[in-house]
Amino acid sequence: MSLGDRVRVASVGLRARPLRAALSALGIAIGTAAIVAVLGLSSSSQAGLLAEIDRLGTNLLTVEAGQRLTGGEAVLPVEAPARLTLLDGVRDVAHSARLEDAHVYRSSEIPVAESGGLQVRAASLGLPAVVGAGVARGRWLNAATARLPVAVLGASAARRLGLGPGQRIWLGGRWFEVAGVLAPAPLAPDVDHSALIGYPAARVHLGHVSAGGEDGPPSTIHVRTDTGRETSVQPRLAATANPQAPSEVSVSRPSDVLTARAAAAGAFDSLFLGLGAVALVVGAVGVANIMIISVLERRSEIGLRRALGATRRQIRAQFLGESLLLALLGGVAGVLAGAAATAVYAAAKGWTVVIPPEAWAGGIGAAVLIGAVAGLAPAVRASRMSPTAALRTG
Amino acid sequence: MSGEVVLELAEVTKVYGEAPPVRALRGVSFTVRRGELAAIVGPSGSGKSTLLHVVGTLEPPTSGAVRVGGVDVAGMGDEALSRLRAREIGFVFQQFFLAEHATVRENVADGLLYAGIPVAERRERADRALERVGLAHRASFRPSTLSGGERQRVAIARALVGEPSIVLADEPTGNLDSATGASIMALIDELNAAGATILVITHDADLAERLPRRIRVLDGEVVADTGVAP
Repeated sequence: MSLGDRVRVASVGLRARPLRAALSALGIAIGTAAIVAVLGLSSSSQAGLLAEIDRLGTNLLTVEAGQRLTGGEAVLPVEAPARLTLLDGVRDVAHSARLEDAHVYRSSEIPVAESGGLQVRAASLGLPAVVGAGVARGRWLNAATARLPVAVLGASAARRLGLGPGQRIWLGGRWFEVAGVLAPAPLAPDVDHSALIGYPAARVHLGHVSAGGEDGPPSTIHVRTDTGRETSVQPRLAATANPQAPSEVSVSRPSDVLTARAAAAGAFDSLFLGLGAVALVVGAVGVANIMIISVLERRSEIGLRRALGATRRQIRAQFLGESLLLALLGGVAGVLAGAAATAVYAAAKGWTVVIPPEAWAGGIGAAVLIGAVAGLAPAVRASRMSPTAALRTG
Repeated sequence: MSGEVVLELAEVTKVYGEAPPVRALRGVSFTVRRGELAAIVGPSGSGKSTLLHVVGTLEPPTSGAVRVGGVDVAGMGDEALSRLRAREIGFVFQQFFLAEHATVRENVADGLLYAGIPVAERRERADRALERVGLAHRASFRPSTLSGGERQRVAIARALVGEPSIVLADEPTGNLDSATGASIMALIDELNAAGATILVITHDADLAERLPRRIRVLDGEVVADTGVAP
């Protein structure tokens, strides 16, 4: 028999009862769709995060004051940023100092305790450029506004306060004008949650005492290295920032957190994967059930085919083929549905759609395997049926 | 009758079961030559259905020899027997056994499906077979739209399409009213006149009377054979 004949004969049952075929393939379709969607979504969200990391750059390092050996918070030297700027491989440095005693409120009427988890930071003028946070609305500080009671809000801070440029905030016991709002800075979450003012303004209006110099001492220094130099620069930062007590300096690479999150996003949800597997098993039982019924119902067809000259092997191939076709239809429909679900969700999230080959190939492969397993016993049974017994039941 | 022998049975027995064994055939011998039209006639339980199955190679005999087209079927495996059925034997059943979702042409062409003939040739030969049974105009109909007589004609065309050595017709008029049955028997006469070898299995003695040769079966034995070739 030619391949066309084989497919035609194997699909006789499906063409005769399309609704039944569709329903019995549905279980396999649901299982495959679940598995493809779980794998597709985790891959797509991972790809989304990796693209984000790529955009933000992995060459940002953060230098923070750590703990003193004797306990208590360490302080970075005021001259640390200047020293770091001179370090080979460092492209740009910006810093900010958290003003522990100052808090920011929407208005003077808000109880002091409700600070909303927001920080007040004095910032160097290069901060947004270095941490990669653009100005979303209004404008960033300049040399003039850095001396005035003017603040710029981080993205989360602006959202929480519900305020924007041109409005006033109650900051450290007096009104500050909001000049602008920054775009989100995933690599510098501290900046996101802060109201930022100039160092001079902190000194003049809030009485922030610096140990000396104009700007400082900083509590966080952001270092942008030349591309690819971050790993060589990182080990030298602590000693450069505080030569007297390098152990009191903590250095981190914020993109590592995002990378870890991306890895976590890539780890698929085993619960849903398990549910998909259960649906596949249920689908397999459905297909096996339908094949057994089909063989019983079609005894006279089997007898006729034997009389027309079909061998046992051809009968077996017919019913095995029918089961495979059924499972394959379910598998293909499931892969398409899972891919569509992934595409819709990824599009809504702005991710690139990634459906790993092992998801769709594995989905279809699993479906075919299920078809083979579910169809084998009924097919063997059909082939062993006595042709005369099969003909008598007509 | 002077044609070559297309079917030969020599002392064929068939025993079913063990305790107690049922002796369905007890030493049946006869030959059928090319171009013959014969009836195997007997009441229910006479063993004629078993005889049909043994002659059609759907069941092996317990003992004795069955030769179809000069070939002894004893010791043949499933593949060889199936090939023999595909090429040398045509079946017509009382219940027609047509595929309802396929067209009349496809049903007839399926008579050649297992003979290893390409699909285009199968369709072409199906159309010719349908012409022989007078149903060329129904080729693209579904069997469900046909009358009982037309359905049996389709089944006959399917049996004839491979030009087998012998056509076995099991109660071909059993599901038809007498007028339609008569037209089917007329068609069988006509096809026989055109050269087909046909063995009709029936319980109907009147129907058998109209055929040139009658092999009477009773209790698994041939009790009379009107036309043993010289």
